[in-house]
Order: sequence, then C-alpha cells, then structure tokens
Amino acid sequence: MANLHTSFIGIQSPNPFWLASAPPTDKAYNVNRAFEAGWGGVVWKTLGEAGPPVVNVNGPRYGALMSPDRRLLGFNNIELITDRDLEVNLREITQIKRCWPDRAMIVSLMVPCEEASWKAILARVNDTGADGIELNFGCPHGMSERGMGAAVGQVPEYIQMVTEWCKHYSRLPVIVKLTPNISDIRQPARAAQRGGADAVSLINTINSIVGVDPYSLTMLPSTGGLGSHGGYCGPAVKPIALNMVAEIARDPQTAGLPISGIGGVGSWRDAFDFIALGAGTVQVCTAAMVHGFKIVQEMSSGLSDYMDEMGFTSMDDFRGRAVPTVADWRKLNLNHVSKAVINQDSCISCGRCHIACEDTSHQAISTLKDGKRHFEVKEDECVGCNLCTLVCPVPECITLRNLQPGEKDLRTGRIVSDQHADWTTHANNPMRVSA
Amino acid sequence: MSTPSFSEISDIRPGRLGAGDYALRFADASPRLSSAQAVLEAERCLYCYDAPCTTACPTGIDVPSFIRRIADGNVRGAARTILASNPLGGMCARVCPTETLCEEACVRTTQEGKPVAIGRLQRHAVDALMDSGQPQLFTRAAPTGRRVAVVGAGPAGLACAHTLALLGHDVVVFDARAKAGGLNEYGLAAYKTPGDFAQRELQWLLAVGGIEIRTGWKLESVAQLDELRRDYSAVFLGMGLATTHPLGVPGEALAGVEDAVDFIARLRQCEDKSQLAIGRRVVVIGGGMTAVDAAVQSRLLGAESVHIVYRRGPETMSASVDEQHWAQTHGVTIHHWLAPAEVSGQDGQASGVAFARQALVDGRLQATGETEFIAADMVFKAIGQKLGNPVLLDAGFAMDGGRLATAEDGATSLPGVWAGGDCRAGGLDLTVEAVAHGKCAAEAIHAHFSR
Repeated sequence: MANLHTSFIGIQSPNPFWLASAPPTDKAYNVNRAFEAGWGGVVWKTLGEAGPPVVNVNGPRYGALMSPDRRLLGFNNIELITDRDLEVNLREITQIKRCWPDRAMIVSLMVPCEEASWKAILARVNDTGADGIELNFGCPHGMSERGMGAAVGQVPEYIQMVTEWCKHYSRLPVIVKLTPNISDIRQPARAAQRGGADAVSLINTINSIVGVDPYSLTMLPSTGGLGSHGGYCGPAVKPIALNMVAEIARDPQTAGLPISGIGGVGSWRDAFDFIALGAGTVQVCTAAMVHGFKIVQEMSSGLSDYMDEMGFTSMDDFRGRAVPTVADWRKLNLNHVSKAVINQDSCISCGRCHIACEDTSHQAISTLKDGKRHFEVKEDECVGCNLCTLVCPVPECITLRNLQPGEKDLRTGRIVSDQHADWTTHANNPMRVSA
Repeated sequence: MSTPSFSEISDIRPGRLGAGDYALRFADASPRLSSAQAVLEAERCLYCYDAPCTTACPTGIDVPSFIRRIADGNVRGAARTILASNPLGGMCARVCPTETLCEEACVRTTQEGKPVAIGRLQRHAVDALMDSGQPQLFTRAAPTGRRVAVVGAGPAGLACAHTLALLGHDVVVFDARAKAGGLNEYGLAAYKTPGDFAQRELQWLLAVGGIEIRTGWKLESVAQLDELRRDYSAVFLGMGLATTHPLGVPGEALAGVEDAVDFIARLRQCEDKSQLAIGRRVVVIGGGMTAVDAAVQSRLLGAESVHIVYRRGPETMSASVDEQHWAQTHGVTIHHWLAPAEVSGQDGQASGVAFARQALVDGRLQATGETEFIAADMVFKAIGQKLGNPVLLDAGFAMDGGRLATAEDGATSLPGVWAGGDCRAGGLDLTVEAVAHGKCAAEAIHAHFSR
C-alpha cells in the first residue's frame, strides 16, 4: 500500500482526506467517529465570536439536485456557522486534538471584519492545540448578509487585511477559504497571498436555488413558504472547483501557494484530480453526508491502489503534474486532428451517437449499412468533437483516434502536419504574431 | 406415465384447495412495479434513436418516449404515448410476449443480456392512469355522421371502434357473447388479468363516447351481413376464431374431454374458483399459449399431475419460451413428439390418452410405432382454432388458409368491408397484432370516407 501521509503547510495527517468545515465537524461526537473511520483531518465547523451563538432555521436546511434514480448530483444548504456555544466548541476541539494527536485539526473561523474580533478569537484557538486555522471567507448565504463570509471573500482588500491580522495575532498556519462567487478566482488568491496566507482552500459553495415545488409554486427548500438561496456543492461542482484550483496553480503570481482542494470529492478519482492539479489535501463534506464517514476508506484505498499501480511512492510524485497541461485556448495546436471511431464489436446499436451528431453537431455518423441498422463515423464530416463518445452508453465503444502527421484529414482534404500551429499565429487571427 | 388401470376411478371435483388458497394462487402473476421500481427501471432505457423496441411493436408504441416520461415523473404523459398508439395498451402490457417483441429488440439485451422491462413499465403507466381521477386522455373529433359496424368486441374490434370513435364516427360493436372483450374477457388465464381488468379497460374505451355495444349477436346468415353493409357506412370484421380443431381420434366425446378455450372461459367467468371441478390428473393436448393457460390453471385449481403433450419438438411450440418456463415452474410436465391416438375411458368417462410417438422423417411428421399412455381424469384440447363460419364463404369473401384474405390495410375482397385480428389471414395471433389490425383498418376506413 502506497503511503498517503500528508504534510501540508507543516500540518501532518495520515492521509490527504480532511472533512470540510460543515455539519459533519460540528461537535466532538461526530469528529471522534470520523477519526475512528480513518479521516486524516477535520476542519472544525466555523466558530463565531463569543456571546450568543447564531441560530439556524428548523425547517429544511438542505436541498438537492438528483438524478431520477435519486442519486444526489448536487447539494445545497442554508445552514449557518456553528450554533453551539464558543466555549463548548473550544473545549471539545482541545479534547479531540489531545485524543487524536496524529490527525489534522483545523479550526474554521468567521467573526466580524474588525481587528479586535479576530484578535480575541485567535487567542482562544491558539490555546486548543489545533494545528491551523481556516478563514471562512466563502460562506455565501446568511452570514454574508451580515458582512461576513463571502461578503469578505468578494473584496480582495478585506481578504488581505484580515489575513494580515491573523498572521499577526496567531502562531498557527493560516488557510484562507475562497468563495467561487466571484469572476476571477486569482484576485482573492493573490490577496490572500499578499496578506501572508500559508495556503488557500477552495471552493466554498456556490449561490444556488435547487428548484421550485410545482404544486405549491414555492422555491425549494422553503421554510414555511419562504426560501433563501443556499450554497451549492457535491459532485456537480467539481469541474468548477478544479478549474479554479488550476487557475491559482498556474497563475505566475500564486504558483506554489499551497491549496486544499474542495468541491465534489466523493471518490479517489476526485481527490486525484485535485492533487494532480496542485492540491496538497482535499476536503470533503457532501460525500460523507450522503454515505457516512466510512467512505474515506474507499477513497484511501482507491488512491493508494492507484499509486501502487503507477509506481508512485508519495503523492508528491504526481502532485501538480497536470498543471502544465492546463493552458489558454490560444495555445492549443490547431494542426491536431482527431476522428471518432466506433468499435463495431461492442456497439449495441442504440443510435445515440447518431442522433446527437445528426441533430446537434456535424452529421458525421451514418445509420445504415447494406440496408441494416449500423452506425459508422463519416470521417469526411467528423471534427473530432467527442460528443459521440460521451453520449455512448458503452465504455470504450467510441474512441477518438489521433491522425498521424502525413495522414490526410478527409474533412478538409489537408495532410496533417507535424508542426504546432495555434491561434496566435493563425492567418484568421487579426492579432496574429509571426510563427 | 402409468398403464391404464381399471381399478382407478375418475377423480374430478371442486374445492381441492383450502378456501383461502384460491385468491393467493390466482393473484396477479406479475405484480405492478412500484413508482420507485418503475423510475429505476426507466433509468435503464437509453432513449435509442429510431428505437428497435418501437419497430418491434406491432402497434408502434414510442417506447423510449413513454419510458422517459416515467423517469421524468410524468406518468400521465407516458400513458398518453402508449394509448395513442395502442388503446388496449393496458392489456397488451399484461399479455404481450414482450420477450419476442419489444424486449427482444432492446439494446440493453445486447449490452447486458437483460432488456429494459418494457412490458412492466407500460403496465405501470397505464394502470396509474386508469387509477387516477381523470383517466380520459382523448376527445372525439366533430361528428361525421358516419356509422360503422364492427363485428366482434375483442381486441381488434375494440381498437377499431375506439380509433373510429376518436375520428368522429359512430360505431356499433356486435358480439356473440354476453360480455364484450373477446379473448381478453374469455380467453386469458385469470392471473394475467386479475381485478376484472378486461372490463375496466373496456369501460375506459367506451367512455370516450360514440361506441355502442350489442351483445348476443351472431353472424349466422349472409342476410345479416348484407344488412350491415346496407345500414352502415363500413363494416369491420374482427370475430376471431370461434371454432376449435377437433383431435379427430376415438374417445373425443367422452366426459372429461373439453376444449381448453371453454375451460379457460368458464374459469374466467367463475367468481368463486372453489366451485370449479378439476381432475386429479389432467392432460392438455397442444403447444400454444392456450395449452399453457389451461395447464397452469389446472395446477392452480389443485390438480396433482398436469401434462402438456405436443406432437412436435419444443422449438415449434407456439407458446413462448417464457410461457413454457412459466408452466414448468408451476409443476406442469411438457412432453414432446407425442400425437394423440385415442382417448380411452370407462363408463363414458375419460381415463387417459394413448399417444403415438412421432419423429420427423424427411421433414414430415411420422409415427414411430411406439406408444405412450398418460392417465387423466380430464383432457383439454388446445390444438388451435379456426374461423369455421360458413357465412363468410357464402358471402363470397376471398379466403386464405381458412381465414379472411385482406389487403395490407385490412380491406377484404368485398367493398366496404375490412377485417382484422385472428380472423384475418397471415397474422401472428397476438393480442397486440389484433389491436394493430383494428387501428389500421379504422384509419383505412376513415381515409375511405374522406375520398
């Protein structure tokens, strides 16, 4: 078994799977169970300042986007930060860290955007023995109406300022959790880095409404007839999160800034995606809320077995390896040509490839051969768009074949070149530079 | 098998089971899918292009469309898709040999050896509609003033009548029996259509309006036919196959020997199944669905030993493989290559059947000289039915193999007369095909009026 031990900004954990700051990490009972199940670390559910805690609604706090067979594709919540007393939380954090010294204990924080508030809580957290803090600048619902959470995370200057306070008043490593509800994720990441953040974590949840009840005509979920937008997470958000992680990883200004990847991690493959795009750890919530804490065992096993298969002895062997493969579109090789190929031995003749191509793409899949139902790619029409391979229900039945230099592209009649030629030098580009 | 023993006395009696067992045994053979099951199964459908299942359906139901609607939670829309193509979609969902039609063509069979359960999904959608507060989906076109006579209130006649009624024509359906429904009412095993579904479906069909049912009407003279042709704008014949083939062997008239179709009809019409007498030992002669329905129901009524005996091999049995398995798992023994030679009896009562073993010699069935004897208290004949109505020949209809010869659209050789269902030559003798015939003829009649 490959070693999954993780050292992230000096914080040690036996594996890279941390539970994200969320309901599963709200109290000692849950966190103890999580560690028993094998989680490498937790980010304790966000603490607010001392005094009367926040209150949550007692109607539905969650909503979901589901497939018709009720697999949860996306998850939405309107729960606020912890609604338990600060002292109880601090006591339990201390106690749990003492019982589980090898696990990462990060404390998520969200207090008003005032230096005194941050100074006060940081001192308290320092005393718990926690390994680090995470600044919740991401929560998009409820708390943001009160000038916290995403309301801070959407203003780079605030991010920098609060991060500086935290670095000043705490000896603990500081992770800044970013909101995706912005237009350019690099700006808040750069701000966090300027403020001295040890790492960023992303993404927090995305503003969302999961639907409308067709009979009561009220938005979902609703609290007695009135709803409020929630934060969206779960499998559906992973591609958005991966892009944002990659943007930070390949930004020359933030390259090398440690990242804890969050968003739709439910399997080892999801974790792998984040790590290959530069994440040092991953954080999980929805998968645990759907399957329970045991799911970490399947994720650990999958990642470890994959590493064994690949001959990787440490996650450093593949961490960030995919980052150089992420480029601007203008850098893509326009001389590259792919064509779809249908494996007739595994084709079940459902015709999905045909109708998708015929109605919505390039009319490049025929339906008949010798008068019989038979689906075949017309190479003289195929642009290699990949739609057919994605709608085909049979794995590996339709694949893309890369034409080799010297081969003729039957669609254009041109011979495939072995030279790279992208948009920057293309004749149709009025802004082209000479090759 | 045993040798004849004159010491054995015939044992035919009702009430072989405990009072509570009848309801259990004649309960729904294939219970409805729950909504959750239906959605899960619907999710397996790939929504194929030019779907092979639809092509395989004689009535051309847009299967991917109705299944998608089930997955979308639109069961009413699913039922509309089904019933627009096949107004008897509820019964067809129960009795279609889907494993040789839509489900055989399902690409999931190719992929994973297990088709989408199209028949059960179809039943789910239609049953949900029928149980709903607003089961009617269709409204009739403006009245045309045309009247059409339909002979036979079975699947072909009812499909024809419903289609014509929707097009604005008035229809009178004539049937010889006391109830409309034809084989749906009289010819199917009780467990295939519990809860009086044939009549419920009939009521749904009639509720669209414009259809009058006249029972107790038999086509017994050319004059009757002439009258229909004179009084109505068109005539559709869907009278099925009313006459059974005789065995043509000695002993056929003995007590205890009965046409399987009569037994099945008696059983269907009997409210209290414990009143039905059944033999301790039953032999069913034949190899089709009727043979299976008679044999299995004999077992369900408490017969100890039930044998289906067929003169050829399993591959030519017209009962589907699934039906054969159904019989076997209900304790019916199926014998092949045995042709009846004589029904033997004692005191006018059947006591068993002697069979001559058969073999194919140069492609022809021939007796090998070996004989077998199977003791039986009751013998059911299920070797097929024929039209056998002399009126049709007298009226001058062109016939083909003893059935009405028609054009593709069901037009007979007599102007203004169409035919469909089992009485029409060249078919598969399936309920769903009868529906397709009825619908197709109705459209042809409508087009004829429009000319």
